[in-house]
Amino acid sequence: MPESANNVKQIAGDDASGTQYLTCLLAGEQYGLNILQVQEIRGWEQVTRIPNSPPYIKGVINLRGTIVPLLDLRLRFDLPAEPYSKETVVIVVRASDRKGNERSLGLVVDAVSDVIVARDEQVVCTPEFGANVPTENIIGLVSEGDEMVMLLDIVSLLEMDADEAGGNRG
Amino acid sequence: MSIDMAQFHQVFFEESFEGLDVMESGLLNMDPGKADVEEINAIFRAAHSIKGGSGTFGFMNVSDFTHVMETLLDEMRDGRRQVAADAVEVLLQSVDVLREMLTAARDGGSADETRAKTQYAELQRVLADKQAGDTEAEPVKPVSPEMHEVHPVGWKIVFRPHSHLMRTGNDPLRIIRELATLGELTVNCDISELPAFEEFEPEDSYLSWDLRLQESTDKSQIDEIFEWVEDDCDFAIVPVMPEGYDATATVSSPAASAQVEPVAQGKPHLSEVPPPEERRVTDERRSEAERRKAPVAAGGSSSIRVDIHKIDALINMVGELVITQSMLGMLGEDFEMSRVERLREGLTQLERHTRELQESVMQIRMVPISFSFSRFPRLVHDLSSKLNKKIDLKMSGENTEVDKTVIEKIGDPLVHLVRNSLDHGIEKPEERLAAGKPETGTVRLSASHRGGNIVIEIRDDGRGLPRDKILKKAVERGLVKADDNLSDKDIYDLIFQPGFSTAEQVSDVSGRGVGMDVVRRNINELGGAIEIESTPGKGSAIIIRLPLTLAILDGQTIRIGAETYIVPLVSIVESIQIQESMLNTVVGRGETFTLREEYLPVVRMHEVFGIENHDAKRLTDGILVVVEGEGRKCGLFVDDLLGQQQVVIKSLEANYRKVEGLSGATILGDGSVALILDIPGLMRLAKQGGARTRTPLALTA
Repeated sequence: MPESANNVKQIAGDDASGTQYLTCLLAGEQYGLNILQVQEIRGWEQVTRIPNSPPYIKGVINLRGTIVPLLDLRLRFDLPAEPYSKETVVIVVRASDRKGNERSLGLVVDAVSDVIVARDEQVVCTPEFGANVPTENIIGLVSEGDEMVMLLDIVSLLEMDADEAGGNRG
Repeated sequence: MSIDMAQFHQVFFEESFEGLDVMESGLLNMDPGKADVEEINAIFRAAHSIKGGSGTFGFMNVSDFTHVMETLLDEMRDGRRQVAADAVEVLLQSVDVLREMLTAARDGGSADETRAKTQYAELQRVLADKQAGDTEAEPVKPVSPEMHEVHPVGWKIVFRPHSHLMRTGNDPLRIIRELATLGELTVNCDISELPAFEEFEPEDSYLSWDLRLQESTDKSQIDEIFEWVEDDCDFAIVPVMPEGYDATATVSSPAASAQVEPVAQGKPHLSEVPPPEERRVTDERRSEAERRKAPVAAGGSSSIRVDIHKIDALINMVGELVITQSMLGMLGEDFEMSRVERLREGLTQLERHTRELQESVMQIRMVPISFSFSRFPRLVHDLSSKLNKKIDLKMSGENTEVDKTVIEKIGDPLVHLVRNSLDHGIEKPEERLAAGKPETGTVRLSASHRGGNIVIEIRDDGRGLPRDKILKKAVERGLVKADDNLSDKDIYDLIFQPGFSTAEQVSDVSGRGVGMDVVRRNINELGGAIEIESTPGKGSAIIIRLPLTLAILDGQTIRIGAETYIVPLVSIVESIQIQESMLNTVVGRGETFTLREEYLPVVRMHEVFGIENHDAKRLTDGILVVVEGEGRKCGLFVDDLLGQQQVVIKSLEANYRKVEGLSGATILGDGSVALILDIPGLMRLAKQGGARTRTPLALTA
């Protein structure tokens, strides 16, 4: 997937020593987020549900006066849902979408685990699985010890709910 | 001094434009033949202050022009002159010319002088008309502002740079070279100031020059060259008059009237130029320079006029805030647990005041839409006579408050739409009579707040949109296929395609096919939407919906199950508890209730929004909030009414997306988020009913 490779480069920036990724746990799997796009990490809190939204959109919260939607990554990736607990973590990410608007989004994950450094050339493309394994939100894979970390494409996560809106309405 | 003047310029222009608006609307209201003294007085006052202001700020052409208008108005005011239709027409045109002049003065451009002159002559003609009634046809010599202009044959320039001139990055040589490009230049250098060699500072300037330009150029061209150094040198520009010319006469046009005594011969020395005159020259030139700088200022900061009550409320609130703050301060000085209750009280108060303050500050940005609407009476007046149509313009909701940025951006699209209505919508009087309609067409312009939107409607009772013609044209242009199954709405939407026009003839009013796409783009940029309704033969309506991004809304908090929503107070008709007897069903499912002879549908909010655990299962247990949106009413079935409060609208779209049935979100006192209902959207949602709302329900279940 040449497009994915492009995305990696774009996100990774030109830091020679590599890019830092915040890794988090989701149903036993490791996911990485470009640390520059991470705004803050919060605990799970009560949300205001948005009617008629997809199930993975849990609702909106008040983040110091801004309304920020929370997206449950487990539900987004069709992983088994887990009840929220004290340990449930919300990673607030902020990035420009393809139209250039800065948008914030809260990602609900099981736990935050580590910060890893990966150089661009260490990132390998996601293998193709076909339609039953959705990989459009993953820009690449990187090995950390003997574990595999999936790097999330935050921009596409931001976009997706907008696309969904069009699809729903049409 | 001169810089201080610049800051008043903006105020002057703003006031002048307001004055022009006053004059315009006054003139439009004036019935020919009947002089309403109050009206004329208002117009006269506006004209007078424009004249005064422009005189003060050196816009002589404006002040001369206004003077003639004023004379005319004065005669009308004193009853010495009948208010004739043609005089009013001429005055209206003069207002336009004046506006053009002022715009040109503000933006540093130059007004269309020929037009100004013609209009000036026209005014003089009207003024003379009355005298023509008394004394038979006395030829009136139009005294144009440029009349007694005599061109000098050359200029004498004394240029004495201050010693620091070169340190400001200027070079006298460059100035002299530029002067030389204007015409033949004789240069005499004065080296008397040169110090002894050992005292010589390399970066100082010691020279001064007497220059003589043998060319009758415009003074402003010379001024322009000196523009950058005017604060760093002494200089005088003196016209050299042709032989035999009476040197005491006024020189040059009033706009740049440099009334320096012409020094025709003899070696001019700086001290020979009388100081006050000299200052006048520089002031004159400065004001010109400022005019050039003005557009920068106009673009950088725009001001806003705020109702004094809003400011007073703000000051009161700040006062209360200060009191609360000092109370809390005292409480904090020696605090003990027994006073925690008072601390809590104080904090609540502080929170309330802060919120109120925030709201009031935001209110300041809101201005009534009449700022945008006020231009339409004139537009309709002019266009209807041009198009030979009889048109009545009715406006409503002019006091609807809109964010200032919206006002600025919505003006042009509105003008375009109103012109379209007049040109394409309203038929010619004969045609109207033949169709059994009143001869005079009506265009209605209205604004209102609805469901978190500002809705602006332009409605006419004309012929409606030509559906078949649009379709034919679209097929011709390959936008759609002839056998496409298109609804009326889809077809009307085609007119927003770039370059689309069905007008057989291009008039100068409309028909070029540019515009509707631009209108839509402008409105989309504001985050709004535009919609067309049309009934053939009955008329059409353009409905513009704009979001209130910065607005504050009076809301009613409602509860459904464990969820809280805000209903905009403006959409609520009333809230009732209904009796079994009021209820009916249509085909066994559609629930309706009767309210004062009306059958209104019930919208069960928990169904539309998929809310579980709502407590009122039967309609008689809960409360029906009767709401109105887009002319339709319905009853929202909710569990409870919680209270009314002002809420600050926050965008859901900024980080999420547009959600049907919601216009935004707000943050409640406890920090939680509550969603604001969009009543028309909610009605659409409820109408689409089952399939769409049930699916997410099934998913969450």
